[in-house]
Amino acid sequence: MEKRVTFKGIWLPILLVAPQIAITAVFFFYPAGQAIWQSLFIPDPFGFSMQWVGLGNFEFLFSDPFYRASFVTTAVFSILVTVVSMGIALYLAVLADRLIKGSGTYRTLLIWPYAVAPAVAGVLWLFMFNTRVGVVSWYLGQLGYDWNHVLNEGEAMGLVVVASAWGRISYNFLFFLAGLQAIPKSVIEAAAIDGARFWTRFRTIVFPLLSPTTFFLLVVNIIYAFFETFGVIHTITSGGPQQATTILVYKVYSDGFVGQDLGSSAAQSVVLLVLVSILTVVQFKYIERRVHY
Amino acid sequence: MATVTLRNVKKSFGKTDVIHGVDIDIADGEFIVIVGPSGCGKSTLLRMVAGLETITSGEVQIDGKVVNTIEPMERDIAMVFQNYALYPHMSVFDNMAYGLKIAKVPKSEIADRVATAAKLLQLEPYLQRKPRELSGGQRQRVAMGRAIVRKPAVFLFDEPLSNLDAKLRVQMRLEIKALQRELGVTALYVTHDQVEAMTLADRMVVMNGGVADQIGKPLDVYADPQTAFVAGFIGSPPTNFLDGGLVPGLSNGVTLGIRPEHIQMGDPGRLSAHVAYTEALGAETLIHCRLTDGSQLTARQDASVPIPAEGQSIGITWEDGHAMTFDANGRRL
Repeated sequence: MEKRVTFKGIWLPILLVAPQIAITAVFFFYPAGQAIWQSLFIPDPFGFSMQWVGLGNFEFLFSDPFYRASFVTTAVFSILVTVVSMGIALYLAVLADRLIKGSGTYRTLLIWPYAVAPAVAGVLWLFMFNTRVGVVSWYLGQLGYDWNHVLNEGEAMGLVVVASAWGRISYNFLFFLAGLQAIPKSVIEAAAIDGARFWTRFRTIVFPLLSPTTFFLLVVNIIYAFFETFGVIHTITSGGPQQATTILVYKVYSDGFVGQDLGSSAAQSVVLLVLVSILTVVQFKYIERRVHY
Repeated sequence: MATVTLRNVKKSFGKTDVIHGVDIDIADGEFIVIVGPSGCGKSTLLRMVAGLETITSGEVQIDGKVVNTIEPMERDIAMVFQNYALYPHMSVFDNMAYGLKIAKVPKSEIADRVATAAKLLQLEPYLQRKPRELSGGQRQRVAMGRAIVRKPAVFLFDEPLSNLDAKLRVQMRLEIKALQRELGVTALYVTHDQVEAMTLADRMVVMNGGVADQIGKPLDVYADPQTAFVAGFIGSPPTNFLDGGLVPGLSNGVTLGIRPEHIQMGDPGRLSAHVAYTEALGAETLIHCRLTDGSQLTARQDASVPIPAEGQSIGITWEDGHAMTFDANGRRL
């Protein structure tokens, strides 16, 4: 039986949870409510008047080819960021797991990039790939490749993906390493005796046993790519060229604060709100069930 | 079916020597138990035979072939681990079939072999279950089944029973012995439990601090231990050791060893003692005595003999043939 602490009155427990509820209400529920409310109006750019349009903002949004393109961009961007950062992190974690000497140093070095803020990371990568003064673009030029992410949509997407994935590798690496180290050594040894070589062992034993970690990271990374990569995109491409790197979150910003279309921006926030709710439900619903072996 | 030979096998981890040169010749079909206290290097020795640890120097041969640098999978061995090391995400069937699938054995033959092993181990009702849905004893059987289906030349057991409760341990002990006899496969079995060693072994290897102190048939080792360590480790309660200076006819520096069942009580004895406390176990009684110099001694007597009162003074004696003497280094004289 679960042990429960019981309070005699109702006021003490209310008092104890009140600060948390107050913070959530002021900083999350109120703005979310505002967004939903505003999404039903078209305000003038200076905020003096609002005109009721009902679901007009949403109708306009979903008939807007740029908005639909942004969905595709977001999907491509998130999948790439997630696959790249998780793939590299897993590879590094497998290597680190085999290390006996110096694993502490190796791990510490790998964790460092996590401490770099996304916007700063964006600036770092921007400098390296700057079309005029960037080190990497200069070397690419020497090799005969003309790097220009300001004009080339594919290169712009590649750069924001790399910059976003880079800082994420550390985080994923930590979780993968912990997951790998939680697999009993004797199970791996038993598989070795059973005749499985490294790659077979990884495919049939290690990877399935890592599935709880992998699923967790999958959800967390998608959420990251959706919502927390704003700084990187803002510093490197500002959503361009030709909106090629305008993911949904960036579009909320550029339509609302740059384009001054607050109604549409609010409607987009509501769409994102729904999306993140779905992701959270998926996370809670399946993280316990699907991944257990 | 194979012989296993260890030639002056040594192991060091960095600067620490763990195994100082062990020689063992194991005949085809023989059941060898390596027994010793924790840290004596017995598991390391087994893992070297398995190929899970490198061999620092010396030679391990399986069926006459040196396997020092050969991968575990090519040594034709199967191992049962202390924690069973079952694949948690696979069913019992898949656990047993794993090695065969990798060896690309035809599906029908895999099914046959697993079915045979499951029948032998009474695992048939559980083939579709996952390891976490099994009891400790059943998991143990699956681990055995995984070893059996591959028809290896050598079975290696690394303390396979130490995670089971006492009753199950006795039962599984008997089953392992019967199974090994039936299959006739050479077996190397590591344990710290001297009862398992005595009951399972055709021959046992008693290890102490990285050295094989004695290799022999269990009863021979029991009756004729070559070192004080072996005399003390094999047998429960352990052999009594007395300083030679206490005993008339022996000199200082020599140690006398007498097994509890060889101590006779009654006046007048060779030594005088008083009864410290007694333990009546039903079939037998253990009598713990204290000698005049404070050293302790345990005697074992049949339950039919009257139990002396605690605190009573008593004479202690033994037959000369039962006394074992050891030099200062613990070697038998």
